[in-house]
Amino acid sequence: MTTVDAAVVPVPAQRNAGKERTRSAGYTALGILFLAVMLFPVYWMVNASLQPSGNTLTASFFPLNPSFDGYARAIAEQGPNLVTSLIVSLGTVVFSLLVAAPAAYALAQFRFRWVNIALLAILISQMIPGIVIANALYAAYNDLGLLNSIPGLILADATHAIPFVILIMRAFMIGIPTSIVEAARVDGAGLVRAFVSIVLPISRNSLITAGLFAFLFSWSDFLFALTLTTTDEVRPVTLGIYQYLGTQVSNWSAVMATAVLSSLPAIALLILAQKYVAAGATGGAVK
Amino acid sequence: MTQTELTTTAAASAAEAPPPVRARRRFSRENVTRLLFVAPAALYLVLFFGYPVVKNITMSLQDYTTKTFFTGEAPWVGFANYQAVLSSNLFWPSMTNTALFTIGSIAGQFIIGLALACFFKRRFPLSNFLRSMLLLPWLLPLIVSSATWRSILEQDSGILNQFLGTFGIEPVPWLTSPAVALIAVVLVNIWVGIPFNVTILYGGLQDIPDELYEAGALDGATGWKAFRHITLPNLKPVISVVLVLGVVYTIKVLDIILGLTNGGPANATQTLSIRSYQESFINFEFGVGAAFSNILILISLVFAVIYLRANRRAVDE
Repeated sequence: MTTVDAAVVPVPAQRNAGKERTRSAGYTALGILFLAVMLFPVYWMVNASLQPSGNTLTASFFPLNPSFDGYARAIAEQGPNLVTSLIVSLGTVVFSLLVAAPAAYALAQFRFRWVNIALLAILISQMIPGIVIANALYAAYNDLGLLNSIPGLILADATHAIPFVILIMRAFMIGIPTSIVEAARVDGAGLVRAFVSIVLPISRNSLITAGLFAFLFSWSDFLFALTLTTTDEVRPVTLGIYQYLGTQVSNWSAVMATAVLSSLPAIALLILAQKYVAAGATGGAVK
Repeated sequence: MTQTELTTTAAASAAEAPPPVRARRRFSRENVTRLLFVAPAALYLVLFFGYPVVKNITMSLQDYTTKTFFTGEAPWVGFANYQAVLSSNLFWPSMTNTALFTIGSIAGQFIIGLALACFFKRRFPLSNFLRSMLLLPWLLPLIVSSATWRSILEQDSGILNQFLGTFGIEPVPWLTSPAVALIAVVLVNIWVGIPFNVTILYGGLQDIPDELYEAGALDGATGWKAFRHITLPNLKPVISVVLVLGVVYTIKVLDIILGLTNGGPANATQTLSIRSYQESFINFEFGVGAAFSNILILISLVFAVIYLRANRRAVDE
């Protein structure tokens, strides 16, 4: 307790405030403990990636002599796969936003009679198991020559993103006052112009949230990587990790280094874009 | 026609030369443009969700194998694939495993999630920061979590068995013994699902007005009593949404099980979605795989209906 506080706060209240403060410090300590338990696996992943001996799992609790051999090997073996994942994920973001943003706006503002049916269809589409989609797409992609291709993966990965993006952007766009758009329409802007030059800039935050999640969904995709690629030409990093795990794991530090590299987008977003992540986490599910 | 639509069209016709009123109603450029806003998304949903569902139904009635990809022939076989599914000795074990995996995961995620949500509802320094950091396990690629947990659960040198060893517990063959593999997979899936449960339940707790607790406190309802008589009843709609959504998401889990055990050891972690994947993409029996996934869809559909009802109640209240 500082002297400044003591001067300002009357005596009885001061005692209470002191109690209150120890109490909330206790909560903070407990909260940190819970978080530490929950995030221990993430720590362990980082720790294991820095262990010098590659072949066994005998790891010390702290990486006191960090070795970057695992990372060297991960980048040598999985570097191209990381690039593939990056291209596919960025492609999914662009494609999903292009397709979903106008639809979200239309469902929020155009008052179609069938809006509720459309929303129901989108909700249900989110519930369709990925393996159902993979089963059918494998046959279709085989005929269309889309197996082992980046566009094929982008189109498939967008199934994770598009329903989510529509729902979350619509939830935001429903709050845009019609008068703003109408004012532009009076000035002679068409629907498309009004959308591009007014609605999209206003919706910047929800676009960022939607884009970040589209990226994470696609980056995390494993099912379509597993089923829609058959050669190592186009191979997302999630599949690379799975293949490391396939037989007896011979080099844990390389596996864990790849895992750490694959976690970087999620970690970076959580730290740098916390606001948007929080918005996406609550917005997509219940609305 | 609603008020806004009237004004919008009025604004539009002020800008363009007004076409005859009648023609404008349905096929005006304006209305066509409106439809074009949704057309790409509608087309995408039909091609990437509608088509697969239909294709799975037809596939499940065909003899659809590797040969089909060369000859283009997939003879109709009626319900033979479903017969193959039902008579396969992996069907009932995989049904049971799906049920145990789903129930175990949901129960664990929900109870721990609710406890943490209640904990974080008390405002204390750093509470918001700590709560958002808790989201990390949910944002990581599932295959990354699987890989990490595999190293933690490794029998001989994994950190978990080392830790248990300090209490004199013999090393547990987490992923290599058929008796415990399913439990291990459920534990990992609980870890993955906790953040989602905390987030949604925390949101629900925030919506319960403080006055209720204040009034309750006057009547002597504090602590556990307040939780039972104020928190739970008011949270009910959100709880039902979380639970049903949890089932729909858990029932189709594939990444975690494939990464941890591949359905093994000795088929101890086979679930419906693993069966579907392995029939289609390991055995190249797409017809049988489709039959498995149709059973999966059917179960999801039941819960989807429950979800929509629960959600409607949540919105109403």
